[in-house]
Amino acid sequence: MLAGFLSLLRMVAGSLRDLAPILLVIGFFQIAVLQQPLPHVERIAVGVVLVMIGLTLFIQGLEMGLFPIGEAMAQALARKGSLAWLLAFAFCLGFGTTAAEPALIAVAAKAARAMADAGVIAADEAAQASYALGLRVTVALSVGASLVLGVFRILKGWPVHVLIIGGYLIVVVLTFFAPPEIIGVAYDSGGVTTSTVTVPLVTALGVGLASSIRGRNPLTDGFGLIAFASMFPMIFVMLYGMAV
Amino acid sequence: MALLTHLWTTTAATVLDVLPIVAILVFFQIAVIRRRPPNLRRMVYGFVYVLLGLTLFLVGLEEALFPIGEIMARQLTDPDFLGIDAVGVSWQDYLWVFAFAAAIGFATTIAEPSLIAVAVKANQVSGGTISVWGLRITVAIGVATGVSLGTFRIVTGTPLHWYIIAGYAALILQTMRAVRVAAPIVPLAYDSGGVTTSTVTVPLVAALGLGLASTIPGRSPVIDGFGLIAFASLFPMISVLGYADLSAWRRRRRRARDAEQQGRKT
Repeated sequence: MLAGFLSLLRMVAGSLRDLAPILLVIGFFQIAVLQQPLPHVERIAVGVVLVMIGLTLFIQGLEMGLFPIGEAMAQALARKGSLAWLLAFAFCLGFGTTAAEPALIAVAAKAARAMADAGVIAADEAAQASYALGLRVTVALSVGASLVLGVFRILKGWPVHVLIIGGYLIVVVLTFFAPPEIIGVAYDSGGVTTSTVTVPLVTALGVGLASSIRGRNPLTDGFGLIAFASMFPMIFVMLYGMAV
Repeated sequence: MALLTHLWTTTAATVLDVLPIVAILVFFQIAVIRRRPPNLRRMVYGFVYVLLGLTLFLVGLEEALFPIGEIMARQLTDPDFLGIDAVGVSWQDYLWVFAFAAAIGFATTIAEPSLIAVAVKANQVSGGTISVWGLRITVAIGVATGVSLGTFRIVTGTPLHWYIIAGYAALILQTMRAVRVAAPIVPLAYDSGGVTTSTVTVPLVAALGLGLASTIPGRSPVIDGFGLIAFASLFPMISVLGYADLSAWRRRRRRARDAEQQGRKT
């Protein structure tokens, strides 16, 4: 009982350490640079306690839930020996987690407004909504496709850097042909697709897969899925900007 | 009371957000794998912990840290605070902004749950060779550099794609080197670019970009406000590869020194 309580206390202290840099930065800039008192100290205190408990629970749940689920499913699908189901799972995971991602919804809406301001699409609400939806579907498709390629790479044992460098060369080339308004959006879309629940699942999927295939190393072959998921949206969004 | 409402709406939003993932996992488990996973009960508890933890985490951030961070971003970019007039903006006036960008980029990355997840997994998989804190601090330094440079770009108004293309060129050169000296780290380095920009970093960094783009004459929030996140995902790859290169070099040097001492003894 006491041991359990102590380990819980240690975990909460660990979360406080994760959070300390933010508190220090905000405190320093508020007091030393802006020279203002900290507003709503009690509200900040409540928020910090919530963040600490939340982070502790999340890390605990990661080890109990998300990692084992991802690895168990990757291994079960690999044992089943059906390439089609494995790739279908990868695609669904990528598409499903991205289509509903709140950060992406926000970016897509902002991008539609920017395009309407630039006169690329009509300024009315319907045109903007359909542009934003098209953008979301494009990004979701691209993340699905990226995980399919990423899983295929793990199975084949291809080196990740060749594919990534090739992909970034495509990004650079497309930059010169895509409409200028879409470029900032395209570059940012790579960053917003990977949510906090998706990242552990996808990491566990890669590591689980690499460790269940003979001749693959979980470190060199298991990682890299997230890199694909951040690169593909840039390519797809620039192509979308050129097509629409 | 407002806190309870906030808790409730955030819980609902998180559950809705995770629903597609759960649906996919359950479908494949029942229709394709058709076998009960080991420790099912423990996994379900773990999933609930993640949901609950994420909800509390978000509510706490939105209650306390995001509002202050956003107000600070606005105050720091305010021309009155910077002591400048609308004409003749020079980037030297913005040194505090660059410092704040670097500090907040570093601090939010340390608290980023996705990065913690990847660092923990990398530590397990590498058998402890890759330290959790080592990776997190290296990535955070990358984000700090990236966000700071990104704000510099907004202030000077130079084109986004030149920075990104130069960054990619550096990344390609580093990769070609890393494949020879530190090959196992390369996929992890690429992954660390994608995980940095998540729940904690994006809102604060976006507020900073928007604040800058809307207060500097001649910048448009819709065009110049974008792009900071791209900086925050590019530079961690560079910093992780750089760190891997540095530690490989130190290892080689230590080995050379040991060999030399060995030679002197015999």
